[in-house]
Amino acid sequence: MRLYDVDLSSRLLLGTAQYPSPLVLTEAIAASGCGVITVSLRRETANGGGTNGFWPLLQATDARILPNTAGCHSAREAITTAQMAREVFGTNWIKLEVIGNADTLQPDPFALVEAARVLCADGFAVFPYTTEDLIVAERLLDAGCRVLMPWGAPIGSGRGLRHVDALASMRGHFPGVPLIVDAGIGAPSQAAQAMEMGFDAVLLNTAVAKAGDPVAMARAFGQAVAAGRAAFEAGLMPPRDMAVPSTPVLGMANLGLGGLR
Amino acid sequence: MITILGAGVAGLCAATVLAERGLSVQVVDSGPEGAGASWLAGGMLAPFVEGESAPPEVARLGASAAEWWAARVPGMMRRGTLVVAPCRDRAELDRFAIRTTGHARIGADRIAELEPDLADRFAAALYYEAEAHLDPRVALRALADGLRRRGVTIRHDTQFAADHADIDCRGIAARDLLPGLRAVRGEMLLLHCSEVALSRPVRLLHPRFPVYVLPRGNGLYMIGATMIETYATGPVTLRSASELMSAAFALHPGFAEAAIVEMGSGLRPAFADNVPRLTQAGGRWHLNGLYRHGFLTAPALAEQLADQLALAPQEAALAD
Repeated sequence: MRLYDVDLSSRLLLGTAQYPSPLVLTEAIAASGCGVITVSLRRETANGGGTNGFWPLLQATDARILPNTAGCHSAREAITTAQMAREVFGTNWIKLEVIGNADTLQPDPFALVEAARVLCADGFAVFPYTTEDLIVAERLLDAGCRVLMPWGAPIGSGRGLRHVDALASMRGHFPGVPLIVDAGIGAPSQAAQAMEMGFDAVLLNTAVAKAGDPVAMARAFGQAVAAGRAAFEAGLMPPRDMAVPSTPVLGMANLGLGGLR
Repeated sequence: MITILGAGVAGLCAATVLAERGLSVQVVDSGPEGAGASWLAGGMLAPFVEGESAPPEVARLGASAAEWWAARVPGMMRRGTLVVAPCRDRAELDRFAIRTTGHARIGADRIAELEPDLADRFAAALYYEAEAHLDPRVALRALADGLRRRGVTIRHDTQFAADHADIDCRGIAARDLLPGLRAVRGEMLLLHCSEVALSRPVRLLHPRFPVYVLPRGNGLYMIGATMIETYATGPVTLRSASELMSAAFALHPGFAEAAIVEMGSGLRPAFADNVPRLTQAGGRWHLNGLYRHGFLTAPALAEQLADQLALAPQEAALAD
């Protein structure tokens, strides 16, 4: 998988919040095999907090860091946070998240497009967290985004792919654009479903962080994403309305005419 | 004479156990009384509830903490812990129930019996009957008084070279000597509210802003606590304060008229696995990384320390 001219071997991206401990987090990252981790720095770096020992642990993992603008509610706030993140982590990658409602945490597509335009012009590689709306997606691409991250379901809800048909339309409409399903994934089967549909990758956090055994769950997600991708590449059989016997019936004189007993 | 650095919960527990075993100790702290993280702690002795996010080792260390404290300080209460969730976050309660043991799921009637002021506010709760809580400030003062009665000196506002100390219990101040020790900032509020009467710790689950409310008696309540990965030591931020206050209000609207008596912020010392431990480094013992489990785990760690010193007489000799 290639995102902004960077080749990645894993199609799983993992968030780093809410784990029982940093040790569990680093073990989960390793077990998942994920190549990219998202990091929120808004609160942690406020008021001159500096490094408290958490960041060195993350930077010691093999994963590439994708800073995010989690918790930002306006384009201006998100832009400022992105600029801070670039300083702190020395990367122009940014997961752009502009929250439209503090309760539902759904993206504000208007502010998102506005912030994306500014950040792309400023040289950022923007990963916008968006809905499955095709027109918003067009605008984000116009703004300069080369990756789109539609939601599966609201953040932290674990509901899986709530609008499967709309996501399928999006996949079909943007065949050449890397699409990453971000948010709402609660189970490995849901991640596999997104991958089977041809999405390029999956980004999740809570489903692993809040699992009974986050490390084992991280491994399960890594396997599910790989399996879903392999299935997509192998070409899934199209569903049929009627049963099709998998054993040959040649010579059995059952030609759909009522049959012989 | 064994010198212990730090007069927080780790240092005072260590001093108490060593003094009880007949060793001669002194405690030195670079700050005034009440300046450290222990002063801002919740004081929940809640090994089952903490098991939601803490490794089993923490519950093991905390298994006999309530007995330890009850034997040494006044005011420890064994009234259990109540865990509730707002109606639409009931899934959080289910998740919490799966991840912990030692609880009973109770309904509105039982909630009303236990905490009449929460009657009709929550349809379900988890009740951890065996848990206890104490007021950390009362407990720390009682330990200090007990030590002084044994002739132990506790000096505050006193600099002491860490090189010459035997036992380092300074929390985050010892981070230069303990690789991997990090700070997790916590912020708390102290409220005075005569309109709400709660008799035990209540934890309100929320996917983003989980809080606990601890009754301190006489209408005082402690609301805590944020967990932020940072070294920032400044005052409580507006965002944190508003989150804590909103959560208190969600628990009971009677908190709206509460007086804000105090806001505090401190740095919890934590290792990468968030498990407190006794280690040896630079010729000294370190009792550190107590994270959010100070009052729960310090007694057991202090007993471990005393056992280690008894096993290693040369250490004791060195200390004389």
